[in-house]
Amino acid sequence: MITGLLIGLPFVFALLLLFTKGDGVKRVALTASVIEFILCIVAYYFLRQQQATGNEDARLFINIGWVSSIGVNFNVALDGISMVLVLLTCFLIPLIILCGYEKKQEHPSYFYALILFMQMALIGVFVARDGFLFYIFWELALIPIYFICLIWGGENRGTITFKFFLYTTLGSLFMLAALIYLYLNTSVGETGIHTFNIQALAEAGRGLNLTQQSCVFWGLFLAFAIKMPVFPFHTWQPDTYYNAPTQGTMLLSGIMLKMGTYGLIRWLLPMCPDALNYWGATVIGLSIISIIYASFMAIAQKDFKRLIAYSSIAHVGLIAAGVLVFLPLKENTEGITGAIVQMFSHGINVVGLFLIADIIFSRMNTFEMAKLGGIRNVAPKFAAFFLIIMMGSVALPLTNGFVGEFLLISGIYKYSAFAAGCAGLTIIFGAVYMLRGYQFIMLGETKSNTSLFTPLTKIETVMLVIISCAVIFFGVCPNLILDLVRSDVNALVREIKLK
Amino acid sequence: MIQLAWLIPILPLIGFLVIGLGGKKLSKKLVSFIGCGSVLAAFILSATIFFQLNGSSTVVKLADWINVGKLNVDFSFLIDPLAVVFMLIITGVGFLIHVYSIGYMKDDEKYDRFFAYLNLFIFFMLFLVMGDNYIVMFVGWEGVGLCSYLLIGFWFKNTEYNNAAKKAFIVNRIGDLGFLLGIILIYVTSNSLNFDAVFLHVHNNASNKEIYNLIGILLFIGACGKSAQIPLYTWLPDAMAGPTPVSALIHAATMVTAGVYMIARSAVIFVNAPIASEVIAIVGVSTALLAATIGLFQNDIKKVLAYSTVSQLGYMFLGLGVGAFTGGVFHVMTHAFFKALLFLGAGSVIHAMSGEQDIRKMGGLKKALPITHITFLIATIAISGIPPFSGFFSKDEILAHAYNHNKIYWMLGIIGSMLTAFYMFRLYFLTFHGGFRGTGEQKHHLHESPKSMTIPLVVLAVLAAGAGLLGIPNAHQHLFHEFLHPAFKSASVWIDDAPKHFSMDEGRLMFLAVLAASAAIYTAWLLYKKNNLVPIQNEIAISKFQKIIARKYYVDEFYDAAIRKPIDWVSEKSYKFIELRIIDALVNAIGNVVKWAASVFRLAQSGSVGFYMFAMTIAVLAMLFVKLF
Amino acid sequence: MSAIQIIPLNWYVTLSAILFALGVLGVLYRRNAIIILMCIELMLNAVTLLLVAFSAHHSDPTAQVFVFFIMAVAAAEVAVGLAILMMIYRNTKSIDIDILNKLKG
Repeated sequence: MITGLLIGLPFVFALLLLFTKGDGVKRVALTASVIEFILCIVAYYFLRQQQATGNEDARLFINIGWVSSIGVNFNVALDGISMVLVLLTCFLIPLIILCGYEKKQEHPSYFYALILFMQMALIGVFVARDGFLFYIFWELALIPIYFICLIWGGENRGTITFKFFLYTTLGSLFMLAALIYLYLNTSVGETGIHTFNIQALAEAGRGLNLTQQSCVFWGLFLAFAIKMPVFPFHTWQPDTYYNAPTQGTMLLSGIMLKMGTYGLIRWLLPMCPDALNYWGATVIGLSIISIIYASFMAIAQKDFKRLIAYSSIAHVGLIAAGVLVFLPLKENTEGITGAIVQMFSHGINVVGLFLIADIIFSRMNTFEMAKLGGIRNVAPKFAAFFLIIMMGSVALPLTNGFVGEFLLISGIYKYSAFAAGCAGLTIIFGAVYMLRGYQFIMLGETKSNTSLFTPLTKIETVMLVIISCAVIFFGVCPNLILDLVRSDVNALVREIKLK
Repeated sequence: MIQLAWLIPILPLIGFLVIGLGGKKLSKKLVSFIGCGSVLAAFILSATIFFQLNGSSTVVKLADWINVGKLNVDFSFLIDPLAVVFMLIITGVGFLIHVYSIGYMKDDEKYDRFFAYLNLFIFFMLFLVMGDNYIVMFVGWEGVGLCSYLLIGFWFKNTEYNNAAKKAFIVNRIGDLGFLLGIILIYVTSNSLNFDAVFLHVHNNASNKEIYNLIGILLFIGACGKSAQIPLYTWLPDAMAGPTPVSALIHAATMVTAGVYMIARSAVIFVNAPIASEVIAIVGVSTALLAATIGLFQNDIKKVLAYSTVSQLGYMFLGLGVGAFTGGVFHVMTHAFFKALLFLGAGSVIHAMSGEQDIRKMGGLKKALPITHITFLIATIAISGIPPFSGFFSKDEILAHAYNHNKIYWMLGIIGSMLTAFYMFRLYFLTFHGGFRGTGEQKHHLHESPKSMTIPLVVLAVLAAGAGLLGIPNAHQHLFHEFLHPAFKSASVWIDDAPKHFSMDEGRLMFLAVLAASAAIYTAWLLYKKNNLVPIQNEIAISKFQKIIARKYYVDEFYDAAIRKPIDWVSEKSYKFIELRIIDALVNAIGNVVKWAASVFRLAQSGSVGFYMFAMTIAVLAMLFVKLF
Repeated sequence: MSAIQIIPLNWYVTLSAILFALGVLGVLYRRNAIIILMCIELMLNAVTLLLVAFSAHHSDPTAQVFVFFIMAVAAAEVAVGLAILMMIYRNTKSIDIDILNKLKG
């Protein structure tokens, strides 16, 4: 029940927003997202109870017929893994809405309606347990972000948004083909109808031979790889991040990117373990190349927003590698748990970094690092927040980035020591490009333009405080997330067996 | 009382939070009070624990942290003799340096920030040495790196300082990667990261030497970064950009010895890793020699001390490599006293000289700075290894073990200690003797430092002079050894690093070492006191060989050319070429193919509605015909 | 035997074929959009007629369901179609379909 509410509420508010005018828009949007967050906490509480007692809680899932003639059900459920991402979404959306609180925007009612609409679609993706439904939400999530980038983006937005849209839809197409293929291989049973149920799809997938599984594998992998993105499918990403309005960038990098990694865990692993085993070296290799390649790219950037964009590719590469090393017979739970934790942490950190970029841009009108410098003299508090978030991003212990990164690297280590060594380079390179950026922007003598850097406003301070606290809090208490996903990860281990 | 040990790191953390959040609202007095008070309280607690310890080892659990699969890591502390020794050094020397900083930093506008960072550092450092598993140790390990970064770049308006800070952080991170991989390998092999469990596992599976060698080398890479050993030592001399109390606390007394602590803590692993131990010994002795030779030609008072730190750390690693774990830790302690004293003395000199650091522009400071002079002299004698000052005993213990292990190490060690004695006395004579070589204004300004600075100097001088008595070799009781030995017995593994019974051999070795050091001191006296030699300003006159050494063997330049520049170059080029010209161009090319195809097919769209309808009709008819016939 | 059934089925078929052909030709020949719309109606009505005739002859009411369906569709189509034509006329002052060639590739 509550899962349905989580999906429905943002949609209702999005409709409501369309008819709201003036300043009220932002307030309504913020209220909506805060209510959603509270609802999400309630759901979290229910889920913890369910995990504690072991009785299935009927409030957490819905399974009703939808298009029964082709075996499509409206089947949504919240388990630990979904909960982490729903939590992330519900935590970030209020911040993203707050981020635009003091800015003048054209058509605010449409803008915020789109954000809430996007929230609905994202939560839908994370809770769907039906292939058809999953695909629908997957594509629904693309529509609002397309318009957000297209209408409110920077110069050159037309071409870039179009490229982004085409690229991701192309990926989804492969996924659709794979899902339909699996659907046609599900057992028919008494009713004579195939089904899109995730369990049935997974069983069908595992029943296929290696060649067939490989086709499914690549279909799904392409879709997810483009979304994350993984080298060499990443070229849409820096441009899109750069040209999208800040809030759009936050949505893209903070949450939407997790659709890809989540897809790997929920859809790719159970559907085609044998193919993953066979193609493992290739895709893990791609992920690790992503890490190193994107780090190099980040080092070469002269523009802070692009630097963050590339750093995001590097981090996601590590997450993907951590998921893909999941070879069931080796009981490799570290990698996948690390990936889930890191998805959560990366969402918070990258939003924090983009917020910082936005705060700088709103005052200095540039992202170019060479033109900045010495901001720390003028805005010491801002510098402190920047430092905390940056440390989260370079995975300093006691910040949220560390736990995930440590688990990921140990997971990869169990697969191959060499791969772990390469993946671990992110520890060094991350420090290189981040510290370089920090030094260029914050340290040194104050320049004529940066001396005019106005102090943080109240809302900016509130946001930075929330994000910084989250960075430290989840570094000190990662068990909040680890406890949540433990049973589900173990279930995944039990479920997936190689032939 | 021991159960309250978790308070020890928490106190400085509270200090950090109060000062950091209070910021400018707090008065300087209050800041100094909180800053010093929290460390003093931690020291008192540590001392109480020291007296109650009796060789026991206790695990104090603070909270759960990470629980995944078989990985169970808690915030818990291991209180055993080894940890307590380091806790006492950190809080004790740390407290003295905090007090010193009150005077040294009193005119700095970011006074509160400085104390906040120092307290944060103490917190992380205590975390490092108190953790009962490798991850908590790693927390402290990285945390002190962060503090070091913040404090080296404390005066962040200066680009050079910022570069030094960045360099320190990145070089450390290279080591950290090794350490992290080492930790992971430990975890993969023994399925735990708690010291007790790991060591027990190692003890029970001692035959698996290969993996322990690998672990040992990976851990040592981490130690190389933090403790400035070849090839990762280059950050430490640059780190002197930070305020002098920072150099004393972080880059001499405590943080840089973290590597020694880590290896001493993992003694059980290293005992089973002969190759790794050999590597440590070789790297240690080479670092000791290399840094000592560079120290000969440095003219910046802090740089000389920095290279001497690198060199002394080399000795500690030599000790660890040859199995003298107690000796290594002993040297950490004595080194903490005399090197902190040297740095604080140097700070006092710099303070008096209004920021001048070049010893060629000093001279004759003996009269103006009597207390600084005496204490500095004591520390100089201590580091040179003249009995009965502390440096002699600890260094001797290491060298004795080195001699038993391999005579070449011992010889190189003796040469290193000769060099040390020489450049330290060169520094001393140039600074405190002869005529004053600075400007008139500086001369007028010369003054002894305030009490807050001189009292720590005196306390440290007493310690530097007397601490060696804890470890008189071959006496009835080697106190330090007695105290530490339960720590190295962890997991029922007994490491035999007890000093050998007194033999004529060792007596001869000691005599030789003292003789060598005295000869070096005499030479220094001859050159710099008697002949009043002052290093010349321009470098043309010195020989090529000297120039190479004075330029630190061009190692920095080499790293720059071999690592930094290629990385920059590769990233620049691959961004411009691979990213934009190949991958992105390929993606766009696919789009262009579609565009081209569209431009061909679109001709069918004439735009005339009549034509469309005609086409539709024809198509329907065609379908009918196909179906019918 | 009702009146409809007296007339042979062939006649209905022929009539509706003629009506349908007229409609097709009208759509193809005329350029006035309103007349095209009317011709479409003509085709629909031809089909309706045929359906009714068959329904009556075979005494099967199923076909009449289709008839209602077609009427509903036709009504909707006219409503939308005429609205579009109104807009076209307002914008171009003409309802000649040859003007509407904006979609030319």
